[in-house]
Amino acid sequence: MISKEVKDQYQVTIGIECHVQLKTVSKLFASVGNDAKGAEPNTLISHICLGMPGALPVLNEAAVELASRAGFALGSRPSSFSKFDRKHYFYPDLPLGYQITQFDEPIVLGGEVQTIVDGEPHVVKITRAHLEADAGKSSHPANADYSLVDLNRVGTPLLEIVSEPDIHSPAEARAYAHELYLLMKYADVSEANLFHGNMRFDVNVSVSKTDELGTRTETKNLNSFRSVEKAAEYEINRQIELLEKGTLIQQETRGWDDAKQRTSSQRGKEQAHDYRYMPDPDLPPVILSDEYIERIKATIPTLPNEWRERLSSLGLDASQSAVLIEAEVDSEAVGYLDVLESALSDQAYAKQLANWFVNIEIPLRNDEKANIELPVDDRNKLYSEVHALAQESLLSSSNAKALITDIFSHSSLPKDIRGYADQQGMMQVSDTSAIEAIVTEVLSANPQAAEDVKNGEMKAIGFLVGQVMKASRGTANPGLAQELIRKKLQ
Amino acid sequence: MASQWKPVSELANDVQSGVISASELVEASLKTIAAKSEYHAVLSVLEASARARAKDIDTRIAKGETIGKLAGVPFIAKDNFLVFGAETTAASNILKGFQAPYQSTAINLLEAEGAICVAKANLDAFGHGASTENSDFGPTLNPHDKTRVPGGSSGGSAAAVVLDMVPFALGTDTGGSSRQPASFSGCVGYKPTYGLISRSGVVAMASSTDTIGTLARSVEDVATITDVLAGIDELDSTTIQRETEGYAITDTSLKGKKIGVVKEYMGEGLDPGVKTAIESAIEKLARAGAEIVEVSIPSLALSLAIYYILVPAEISSNLSRYDGQRFGYSDASATNLEDSYVKSRSHGFGKEAKRRIIIGTHVLSSGYYDAYYKKAQLVRTKLINEFNSVFESVDYLVGPTAPTTAFKLGENANDPLQMYLADVMTVGASLAGLPAIVIPAGSSEDLPVGLQLMSPAKTDNQLLNVAAAAQKVMSA
Repeated sequence: MISKEVKDQYQVTIGIECHVQLKTVSKLFASVGNDAKGAEPNTLISHICLGMPGALPVLNEAAVELASRAGFALGSRPSSFSKFDRKHYFYPDLPLGYQITQFDEPIVLGGEVQTIVDGEPHVVKITRAHLEADAGKSSHPANADYSLVDLNRVGTPLLEIVSEPDIHSPAEARAYAHELYLLMKYADVSEANLFHGNMRFDVNVSVSKTDELGTRTETKNLNSFRSVEKAAEYEINRQIELLEKGTLIQQETRGWDDAKQRTSSQRGKEQAHDYRYMPDPDLPPVILSDEYIERIKATIPTLPNEWRERLSSLGLDASQSAVLIEAEVDSEAVGYLDVLESALSDQAYAKQLANWFVNIEIPLRNDEKANIELPVDDRNKLYSEVHALAQESLLSSSNAKALITDIFSHSSLPKDIRGYADQQGMMQVSDTSAIEAIVTEVLSANPQAAEDVKNGEMKAIGFLVGQVMKASRGTANPGLAQELIRKKLQ
Repeated sequence: MASQWKPVSELANDVQSGVISASELVEASLKTIAAKSEYHAVLSVLEASARARAKDIDTRIAKGETIGKLAGVPFIAKDNFLVFGAETTAASNILKGFQAPYQSTAINLLEAEGAICVAKANLDAFGHGASTENSDFGPTLNPHDKTRVPGGSSGGSAAAVVLDMVPFALGTDTGGSSRQPASFSGCVGYKPTYGLISRSGVVAMASSTDTIGTLARSVEDVATITDVLAGIDELDSTTIQRETEGYAITDTSLKGKKIGVVKEYMGEGLDPGVKTAIESAIEKLARAGAEIVEVSIPSLALSLAIYYILVPAEISSNLSRYDGQRFGYSDASATNLEDSYVKSRSHGFGKEAKRRIIIGTHVLSSGYYDAYYKKAQLVRTKLINEFNSVFESVDYLVGPTAPTTAFKLGENANDPLQMYLADVMTVGASLAGLPAIVIPAGSSEDLPVGLQLMSPAKTDNQLLNVAAAAQKVMSA
């Protein structure tokens, strides 16, 4: 174990490459289905995927559009000129003997991603993002004298996003990976299902005591935010320990063992390939007009960071914002932010909605035991009517919550929500005489508190109002109750 | 020697109108193929599928159906076209026995108009060569002299046309592979503007200069075929729009046509007999009213050098897929993956393919890319610019096709550089993507000499018209 003192002497530098699978219907260069999940091996293939003689790649326009969207999401824009290159190496899951990728003129250059780490904004610059075709999948059954190759994934469109080495801790690495996930979801570029490998991270880590960068290692194919964080942490510790022992770091590719929570060497630098990059003569360059680029730009929705600002101005704290921003992509069928966006003209309502989403609906939907029957389409009406009742002081906030929760379990909206609330005894009582009776009861039952209020201890008035609310089962108008208590004790 | 074949469009008319049946044409073709088998022009004959197609066409005609522009016309495709009904080998052992799982666009288009593929023609394996001697299955012999080569790499296609097996044949042309055999064997050979005809389903040699060539008896026939093949194919993203609705010969006058004689092609290294034949051919063009001027394209001197950097680079990449794992030859004695790659490729590829893979791998490797590949691309751009500026003053270019007539079998076999020199006059148009056509223009010591004409990119129809005019003048 290395001490914190030793560790603090080292500057950590991390850069992350992320492969994002684009959510196109067909492959990057062939009219073959792109959804390999659950498909029988070698069923999503054509002569193009197989690299048959005479087969030529034809670029899928949808992939260009998604990559362009990603460009905007990454704080950049798609290049008006980009091209494809061939990266050569032999492997059975690479039928052409080369991968079609973008070497020196990628579709996205530059950009930046802003993350929140420990409540503070942290900016990671983007070097580039390029389109490339995925390879197939090799598997090596234990104790077998053969390997298996599934070419379903050959030609799946990937966007490789390369960050600058702007990341300096495992927490920042995790935050960056998570923010990329949100961006790809918000910009509707990828299914971004990490479990299915839709996003894979390669983490480059080096440590150094000086301004000069240390030798880096690359830990490949991480498929969770946690493993990004853990692998970075493991590598930092491993490298510092080696350096403290006077051992040099080997530049190498490493793998992550999730069960053992450790990295291990896969390939050294001496085994590094000369990929013999060459422009792909089968594919003309991708030239995007200004009109095209502007048209794409116009379709980019509000991105997480802007939402954070908006939600903060609606009075949500950072963790509430985070809940809402995350929930938006966790349950796409529901959708919160669109609803919120259309309510923004009425700040009070928007604020109320955000509150209800965070405090009622999201926890409810996350609760597996909760019974939710109400169709999503009906909830806007529910919210706006409940809001109107609350505005008219006809519903207390706790009863609003109870009413919303209750109606979520209905298979349709009650025809008359106000009538229903009334029937449920939830409507706020603003009838002075009715409340007065309760106040009188409460004051006589709590003489000490009443005395305190008389002596100017205003804290006690809250307690008394609470007692009135309790006695009225939440229906008393708390403002009115307080007013009556004051009047009686004057 | 008179041909048994009428012009292609007349043949189709005759079949459609019942003057002759498609089956009769196919039988005549199969008979000639069998009779001339000693020339080894073809690698496989599609007897069954050709007969079946002919029968089908005849039945449909009997029912009153209209077949198309090439109704019943037999043709031969170079064996690097993927065609159903026969193996597609590209004359390489590594593809021996390979059955195409899909068909090339060119074949589909010809078949859609009623043409019938009767055989697959021999070639230098993968198109690497200028003599067909690099075929892994033995060379084709020159129809005029069995001790000589027919040219290459589309030597089988050219010989098949000259041997009268078919009215036309498909070849490919990457650096002269349809034009040079046309010159050596004595027929018309056409290379279109790069991208005019789809490469989909044609075994790739060098993607940036590969084109589909046509070999035929006349320029008119070439125009008829081009009319069927030209245009955008959604399976080949390098294809371009047709420049005209119909490719056809409509203007056979040479009067006032401005034709430049390329100085660089007429100098040192040109065989005196060929030079005399070409000069006399140009003389005939002038007499027919063409305006002949001398022009210079200085970078042509470098064209062979850059061609033999860029093309092997692309070849080394395009041949990567032949790894013995999914199709084609796979060495059964291999004990592991690496061994399988090494043995399959070492035994499957011939000498020339391996030579080009090694050159191409070298020029693309890190540390050499800038010095070779990148520099060659720069010179290529310069060459294109020089062609463009010459075409500001002339409409066509003219010159020889190759420095010599057909050489002896084995003459250049052990001297690859000498063999590469056979391409020196054809690679320019390939690197610049220009259309070029070769027509028979006399002979030297009883061996054919072909006259090469070129024009700006995307002016193929004009080129075919001027070539038809020139052909008329040559035979007059």
